[in-house]
Amino acid sequence: MMKFTDILKEAHETGQFQPVVDAIPYANLLGLEFQRFGSDVIFRLPDNKDNIGNPILPAVHGGVIGGFMEMSAALHLLMFLDTPAMPKIVDFSLDYLRAARGGRDTFAECQVIRQGSRVANVIINAWQTRREDAVATARAHFLLAP
Amino acid sequence: MPESNPYFGRAERFIGLLRHCQVLGIKVKEADAESLTLELPYSSNHVGNPTSGVIHGGVITTLMDTACGTMVINALPEFELCPTLDLRVDYVRAAEPKKPIYALAEAYRVSRNVVFTRCTVHQGDPESPVANCVGTFMRIGSHLSPPDFKAAVLGTAEAQTPGRQDQSGAN
Repeated sequence: MMKFTDILKEAHETGQFQPVVDAIPYANLLGLEFQRFGSDVIFRLPDNKDNIGNPILPAVHGGVIGGFMEMSAALHLLMFLDTPAMPKIVDFSLDYLRAARGGRDTFAECQVIRQGSRVANVIINAWQTRREDAVATARAHFLLAP
Repeated sequence: MPESNPYFGRAERFIGLLRHCQVLGIKVKEADAESLTLELPYSSNHVGNPTSGVIHGGVITTLMDTACGTMVINALPEFELCPTLDLRVDYVRAAEPKKPIYALAEAYRVSRNVVFTRCTVHQGDPESPVANCVGTFMRIGSHLSPPDFKAAVLGTAEAQTPGRQDQSGAN
């Protein structure tokens, strides 16, 4: 099996990041997918009963939404910055705006607000049916240096 | 801890209803009126960085959200299902692989509309945390909380699965 560092290096060279996602166990546990549209990328969390928290609504567990957004931000940085290593999360501020309903897919989009030499500031928006009706919005800092 | 501790039983039943918590393997370790400790054993499925074997921050976020949310239930006089308003997490050091993580949560202020919580994730020594967070939860009122869920968490339903037994004496 290929080492993760080699998978990362190869992804940087080819621009193909699916093998990176495939190699991250937690991304597979959640079922994270992504699609690139030129220089844009949208992350997708397909409906999955294993991600449910509140069984009554039902709703996706808030922690899953958070984890999905953190993972999306780290992958976004990997794709668009020249970082050969997995960025390390430093802090994360997450606002829940409405319940993420079970039975629906959830999407996320990231924006790098500022990239310094060692740290990056990223905002992440997550939605289900309409981008305007966000289920959660978050802000994170990542350390870029390995 | 004995089942007779109502805080422990309530916490255990609540977490038992949250499917994703079962998928991760989250367990209640200690619970009383003031604090709550959850435990999450290490699993290779939780890894976020295959090079180091360190679990992903999202796993810690889920553990903290669950710990704070469960603490809210134990901090309120009556059962209320309180949605999370926000979470603010600091990841102060990477969790050591192959060791369980623990989340110690408390509700430091219960107001009429909002419950304020904080939580520390550690690997045996709360003075040496892996992560810290504060989380706020919105109170929706006991009357708006789903009766099935309430009965299942309080353990007053005959069957402790929501939806199966809804004519309990809980309401």
